[in-house]
Amino acid sequence: MPNYRIHKTEYIDETKRVSFKYDGKTYFGYEGDTLASALLANGIHLVGRSFKYHRPRGIVSCGAEEPNAICQIGSKKDLTEPNVRATELELYEGLEASSQNCWPNVKFDIGGINNFISPLIPAGFYYKTFMWPKSFWKKVYEPLIRLSAGLGKSPTEPDPDIYDHKYVHYDVLVIGGGVSGIIAAKMAAKNNFKTLLVDDKKILGGSTIYQNNDSIKIDDKLSSEWLKNEIQEIKKLSNLTIKTRTSIAAYHGYNFLLAKENLTDHLPEEKKKNKIRQRLWKIRAKKVVIATGSIERPLVFNNNDRPGILLSNSINKYLDYYGVTCGENIILFTNNDSAYETSISLHKKGIKNIIVDLRKSASSELIKQAESLGIKIYFNHVVTNTFGYRKINSLEIMKLSEDGNTTVGNKIRLSCDCLGMSGGWTPMVHMHTQSGGKLDFRDEDQVFLPKENSEDQISVGSCNGDFDLENIIDKTVNKINKFLDIDNQDYQDTNIICSKENDKRNIWLLPNKIPLGKTKCFIDFQNDSTAKDIKLALKEGFRSIEHVKRYTTTGMATDQGKLSNMHALGIIADTAGVKMGTLGTTTFRPPFTPLTFGTLVGRNVGKFFEVVRKTSMHEWHVENNAEFENVGQWKRPWYYPKNGENMHDAVQRESKAARDSAGILDASTLGKIDIQGTDASEFLNRVYTNAWSKLAIGKCRYGLMLNEDGMVYDDGVTTRISENHYLMTTTTGGAANVLSKLEDYLQTEWPELDVYLTSVTDHYSTASICGPNSKKILNKLFPNLDLSDENFPHMSFKEDKLENINCRIMRISFTGEQSYEINIESKYGHSLWKMCIEAGKEFNLTPYGTETMHLLRAEKGFIIVGQDTDGTMTPSDLQMDWIVSKKKFDFIGKRSLYRSDTVREDRKQLVGLLTDDPKEILEEGSQIISDVKSKPIDMLGHVTSSYFSPNLNKSIALAVVRSGKTMKGQKLIIPMENKNINVTVSDTIFLDKENKRLNA
Amino acid sequence: MFLINCPFCGERDQSEFSSGGEAHIVRPKQPTELSDDEWAEYLFMRKNIKGIQFERWNHVHGCRKWFNVVRDTSNDKILSVYKMGEKPPVNYK
Repeated sequence: MPNYRIHKTEYIDETKRVSFKYDGKTYFGYEGDTLASALLANGIHLVGRSFKYHRPRGIVSCGAEEPNAICQIGSKKDLTEPNVRATELELYEGLEASSQNCWPNVKFDIGGINNFISPLIPAGFYYKTFMWPKSFWKKVYEPLIRLSAGLGKSPTEPDPDIYDHKYVHYDVLVIGGGVSGIIAAKMAAKNNFKTLLVDDKKILGGSTIYQNNDSIKIDDKLSSEWLKNEIQEIKKLSNLTIKTRTSIAAYHGYNFLLAKENLTDHLPEEKKKNKIRQRLWKIRAKKVVIATGSIERPLVFNNNDRPGILLSNSINKYLDYYGVTCGENIILFTNNDSAYETSISLHKKGIKNIIVDLRKSASSELIKQAESLGIKIYFNHVVTNTFGYRKINSLEIMKLSEDGNTTVGNKIRLSCDCLGMSGGWTPMVHMHTQSGGKLDFRDEDQVFLPKENSEDQISVGSCNGDFDLENIIDKTVNKINKFLDIDNQDYQDTNIICSKENDKRNIWLLPNKIPLGKTKCFIDFQNDSTAKDIKLALKEGFRSIEHVKRYTTTGMATDQGKLSNMHALGIIADTAGVKMGTLGTTTFRPPFTPLTFGTLVGRNVGKFFEVVRKTSMHEWHVENNAEFENVGQWKRPWYYPKNGENMHDAVQRESKAARDSAGILDASTLGKIDIQGTDASEFLNRVYTNAWSKLAIGKCRYGLMLNEDGMVYDDGVTTRISENHYLMTTTTGGAANVLSKLEDYLQTEWPELDVYLTSVTDHYSTASICGPNSKKILNKLFPNLDLSDENFPHMSFKEDKLENINCRIMRISFTGEQSYEINIESKYGHSLWKMCIEAGKEFNLTPYGTETMHLLRAEKGFIIVGQDTDGTMTPSDLQMDWIVSKKKFDFIGKRSLYRSDTVREDRKQLVGLLTDDPKEILEEGSQIISDVKSKPIDMLGHVTSSYFSPNLNKSIALAVVRSGKTMKGQKLIIPMENKNINVTVSDTIFLDKENKRLNA
Repeated sequence: MFLINCPFCGERDQSEFSSGGEAHIVRPKQPTELSDDEWAEYLFMRKNIKGIQFERWNHVHGCRKWFNVVRDTSNDKILSVYKMGEKPPVNYK
């Protein structure tokens, strides 16, 4: 097996050998490796196939920008993870990884045929091709596209890992632990700012930490040595927290940032167990220092995507940090000085290399150093083509013309086993722009730079466009002093020697004699978009960068265009003949690198997913086999099936029992608002449509609440407990909103009213007993209470004691039956319920759930706000004009009741519907029409509630129908998929119109 | 995610608050006197400003108090916070 690890470094522990599997084969690396460095050490460059053409692709970079080396980790159904960047994944014993997007394997991939038919799949291929025939979409195209789409495989079972969230507050957050971040953190922490420094790597130091060129020195030491000292020093600072393996995912307004900390991804399988895998940090920082550095740019030339072609600086990192060389015969292709550092490093380790520099000439310390070492440099040349299928084996270079628009002279063929490319550097302005910052464009080296516009955040170092060490350190120190308003002198006398780059020449799309249409000049490696695609998009009329991006999919892969966006912009600008800075950029959106769902969700999984509210009687319902319905956060009994009953049968039985003898409902979830104060009556007058001043103490009244637009908002019964004390009930789902709305009016419109509101929903449990025998049951529970209709009539309230515990009893009815609601302090709710059940035994007291409640109230035509209303219904639409006071001067929504729109005769209005076949039950939500032949069919309304009533032995329904008030007796049609159902419009009250049962 | 300085509780995360739209819209004292158009003006018409905007916020998961906020919608900076019934700061117009 070849070994490309050619020297020892302090970051690789050669005493700790680690075995791992890649595509089923076992390899070895060392502790400290990433998967990428371990693969390269084993001579493996080919790690995947490209998305569209299935071209062989190799490792390109050494960090978050990696477009190609993304793998599937693990093979377990619950723990496998797709799209993991091998360049970021730390190697651990037992790691199993495989390449993605290839079948049957990465070396022989059937999809590779796409490469040969690539002229047939240009940009927008999918949009253009799969348009016709229309019938093909569902059965042919979509399944095919789905089969070939996507990169890795998602886990198919729930994630067993533990994730965590943490909130923290800091004075200063420093993002990035390179040289500028370390300086910033030290200055802040030493000046009494509580500081947090985060870096996504395992160790601090950025790219300076492995820098070993003696022409770059700080205080007479190698820059890396100097920096190690600094790191030792900041680790001693007490008010500095350092978090490595932590990357900022998002920068929101008000310096609210999300960071992902990796805790166990680098550990062997057995050490991961029962530990938190990743933690999401929610950070509030008073000030943020962005020191995220920059990413090296590729160059765009023909066949620039073969395995063995990497970014030049990555070759340097693999060599000096991991001790691995990417080849034995390396060519570096550059337009700037940084590739010379790589070249000199390679040369020192005995790796043969030559430089192709597209600049006409260049002079700097680094270049002089390279020249003096005898490294061959081709100035004014470009790479025009590369060769080798699974790995590069040679390339062609040509001389550039004076203007750089074309190539001249003869081709020179050079053999190599690795090509490094350096197209300059792109400052990572993601954090700055996510925070709302704007960008400036610097023509000289074609970079977008942060425009300083905030006192809360600042960018320093190479993400601010400062590329040489002297510039980075000097500017960082000055800016941080100013930003934090301090006068730190630590770096006053720091002596920095470094090479200065003097010459620049940038060409976005390198010239070639071959027509563009026959080249493969890749811009986005992962999504396979080429320079040709961008030009085609422009030719077809796309102008906006946002449109070109989406049409060609450039920058839309999992790497989010970290390597490709600038080139796409540059080529668009060149082709359209405009200045690059005027085009703007695409939007930098969070997250910076993909987050797992686990990290986002944290601990809120399973039973912690949502708050669940249970009544005091809940356990009894569970013991008695209740099926539950979610109403808001509440769990309410839906129905109580007996002896294997289905829902229909259970509801029929419960409904009949409630009307024939007695039923009991857990009504604890109804919203309860305690209203006190000398103006409580006046307040109710203003919020309900009916009058309240004359309600006697001890009496109850039903009220309808509107929005200011006149539409029904909520309803419920309110009881006058004493002169200045009311208890309001609201719908279960509306309780919180009603309280909010009432507070709003009280605090902002009527602050002069002496009224206090308290939510007491959770304070009381409520058992509601109804039916002809309810009075007898109450008598058993409260033998001393005079339950006669004279003393305790419908819509009144009494207090009594049950075993010495106070109860509030309201005689109110939502079923049309004689009915009592017993309220007791919540902690006694369960006992109350059991006592009711016990007392009711001889009367077949039957517990019923929400479904039966809905049926019983529908028989009486009582509305449910939110089911029979939808925010467009006025009281008049509900045929409830009786509840709207004509005398009151004002109440919420009154004026809206006679707007031109609300007085229209042809509004949708609530009616009853009876099916011609009394056994036919309508579907709630069904449309209602009158004429099947008219085209288009006129939709008159829809069914809002529908049940089979066992008490009437027929199907009943409520519906909203245009002009429904005037349609009684009229025939209408409910069109269903297979048939039309004939119905007749009826009254909304189906049972006991005279309300005889209330006092039966 | 804003940090809002509740005039009763101090600085809190935005998730504790709910927004109540434009501030200083006074409910007419005598709605019945108004024409449809005048009532519609009160009921439906709201400003949508790029720049300095006066808004109502409710510390719904805190003290439940409503208060006013001056916010620059172009950069989401909250410039001032004041109680209901207090006059808006004169330096913002």
